[in-house]
Amino acid sequence: MTAIGHAVRFEMTGISKSFGATTALKDVNFKVNAGEICALVGQNGAGKSTLMSILSGAAQPDAGAMMLDGVAYRPRNPLEARQSGVAMIHQELSLASDLSVEENIVLGMEPTRYGIVRRAEMRARAKNVLRQLDHSEISPTMLAGTLSVAEQQLVEIARALAVGCRVLVLDEPTSSIARADVERLFEIIGRLKAQGHAVVYISHFIDEVKEVADRFAVLRDGRNAGGGDVRSATRKEIVEMMVGRSMEELYPRTRRRPGKVILDVAPGIELHRGEVLGIAGLVGAGRTRLLRRLFGRQSPWMHSVGMVSEDRKGEGLAMGMSVTDNLTLPRLTGWVSPPKQSSIAQRWIQDLEIRCHDDRQEISELSGGNQQKVALGRLLYCDVDVLLLDEPTRGIDVGSKAQIYELIDNLVAGGKAVLIVSSYFPELIGICDRIAVMHRGKLSAPRPVSEVDEHQLMMEACSGGRE
Amino acid sequence: MKIEIPRMKNMTRIEATTELKAPYQPAKWLSRTGPVLGLFLVCVIFGFLVGPQFFRTGNLELIARQTAIVAVAALGMTVVIASAGIDLSVGSVVSLSTVIIALLLRAGIPPLAAVLAAVAAGVFCGAIVGMLVTRLRLLPFIVTLGMMLVVRGAAKGLADEQRVEAPITWINDLLRSSAGTTSWLVLPAGVWIIIALSLMTGVMLEYTRFGRHIFAIGSNERTARLCGVRIDACKVAIYSIGAGFAGLAGVMQFSKLSVGDPTVAVGLELDVIAAVIIGGGSLLGGRGSVFGTLLGATIMAVIQLGSSQRGMPNWVQQIVTGGIIILAVALDHWRQHGHNYSRN
Repeated sequence: MTAIGHAVRFEMTGISKSFGATTALKDVNFKVNAGEICALVGQNGAGKSTLMSILSGAAQPDAGAMMLDGVAYRPRNPLEARQSGVAMIHQELSLASDLSVEENIVLGMEPTRYGIVRRAEMRARAKNVLRQLDHSEISPTMLAGTLSVAEQQLVEIARALAVGCRVLVLDEPTSSIARADVERLFEIIGRLKAQGHAVVYISHFIDEVKEVADRFAVLRDGRNAGGGDVRSATRKEIVEMMVGRSMEELYPRTRRRPGKVILDVAPGIELHRGEVLGIAGLVGAGRTRLLRRLFGRQSPWMHSVGMVSEDRKGEGLAMGMSVTDNLTLPRLTGWVSPPKQSSIAQRWIQDLEIRCHDDRQEISELSGGNQQKVALGRLLYCDVDVLLLDEPTRGIDVGSKAQIYELIDNLVAGGKAVLIVSSYFPELIGICDRIAVMHRGKLSAPRPVSEVDEHQLMMEACSGGRE
Repeated sequence: MKIEIPRMKNMTRIEATTELKAPYQPAKWLSRTGPVLGLFLVCVIFGFLVGPQFFRTGNLELIARQTAIVAVAALGMTVVIASAGIDLSVGSVVSLSTVIIALLLRAGIPPLAAVLAAVAAGVFCGAIVGMLVTRLRLLPFIVTLGMMLVVRGAAKGLADEQRVEAPITWINDLLRSSAGTTSWLVLPAGVWIIIALSLMTGVMLEYTRFGRHIFAIGSNERTARLCGVRIDACKVAIYSIGAGFAGLAGVMQFSKLSVGDPTVAVGLELDVIAAVIIGGGSLLGGRGSVFGTLLGATIMAVIQLGSSQRGMPNWVQQIVTGGIIILAVALDHWRQHGHNYSRN
């Protein structure tokens, strides 16, 4: 480490923030040195985004102070933050897709003479900053909209550097780019570090954190939950800090006794009663299509099959309707009796510990975890034999996750069969009996969970097992 | 447990150093050459239907004069639509403009002052729209829908609900045919004015900071705000320019009518929007060019003139024009789709 690496670039102390009744952040401290990459990790809803929107000026803290290079810093909006040298690169990229690369880079600070943009100077600036990132091959005159996602991300970083940003916040930067581009991004992040920038790297992929960051800080339920040097912390330690409980508590597992075959998943792959079969695959591997095919193949005289969609808002639930309506939707009779509907709903609300004001509350007002419990409750009310679950725990809090894992365990113990698709491999390893990997629409033979580890699953999901 | 993710270092470098070339994109190609192609097609069709006299200089000049009103208003609309806005009050502003000119001329005000006053009235209407859109955060569609009625009402009120007669001045010569006269202008003065304004607007959109900000707002307003573009000021300017051009279109309209008419140009805004869209503008913003818009306006004029010279009844013209508008929006949609598709 150089001398510059020890200077504190920015420091946030005692940051608190609440939205209405919910506390998003409580007395959080966070600091990053110049020339350091610090990973900010935590589950969804842990407060990472809120903390970073405070840093980047999009939100104002209720309490706490911030220092940037030893000077008090309190941006009122993202523009002020940017001008003071703090830029955030969001998950959804934000370029003006109809402008060229160079126009995007200098947007808002175009070099002009009498209002006319000085093209040569603009191009020189764009080229300069692209060279700084060692990506001069991106032509400044190309339309931003025609670039790949990874290149657009690069242009966004270039834009932040062009304004002279000293702190860069990258929010889940690898979630939408290919593996080869991730490598390229990491090179760039390393370059930024060498140039003395402070980088905050938000991610929930522990592997990435260990690969790219120097230090990590964990947030859980809006509070500091530890941190340290990435090299000295094990993966398990980091995860347990994020989750706040040991792995055994999170993934309950009663003794499983697989029974008769209940569904043919694919040639040679069968789902038995009393087991959880996992399908590990990344987005775009054809997982959802497989589930849909299985769901669509059911016929009335066979075992009933129910499905929980990964798209909770768009497809899984009727967002404008009440908890009761959503729970009872698939089994309405010709004549609907509201009191009867309510009494049925009440039962499931209690059984599944769905947190809501009353059973007529609109489902859109519930938290993601509680919404998901309603989606699952609906299948239970239908008393289906086979549950097809597509990313059932995406975007929900740990508490609800634990409840859903427990519910799955109970169901299977009661003789139901569960097929679960997920790109979060630790959970598959935690709850499944057998796991198959899906890569480019092809499903591998399932193996008992004791014979696979996360690394292996990731390799196969990324490359189809050829290595 | 040590986790490593497979690395593909060689691949990365190859990809990184490969020259990036835009792949062949039919949608993009169409958006560039589409309007030119469209004009060519329409000319061929009517040349065939009407005969070679369709291309006589007199006829071409007629097309240019016919286009004038829509073209001027469409220049302003190009600016508005590029910023992902819309202005439905164009037709009403045109009628207000004719009424103001007629009233002022009748009061003995010099013609130039009357013209300037009419344009200023347009700018004023646009500024109000811009204020409402930015201060109250209302949708431009709603604001200008309201303004359409407000301005139309104001025009009728000013004109006392009837045509306003005005003395003949040089304004009436703006769009007069130069055929038979020994004018050094070759084309009517009004057409030269349009050409000059087009050049100015084109340069403004393509080469000035303000012009690039218009496209940035239309393309991604959040980003533009984040980068320090003064969105509110820009929008007020955009709508003022748009309605200012509508006021100027009113001058052209007056030149043709030679009276102030508060009931003229009803529905003109739809022709104007159609011209911009046919010319490659997108209602989602971020796209549009002056050149395309002029072509779009010309295409519509050719269709109108061609069908009337062919002796087609008015109802046929209307159906054809309507069909063209739908076709243009369908093309716009397809272009968007193609664009998004090529992005992935």
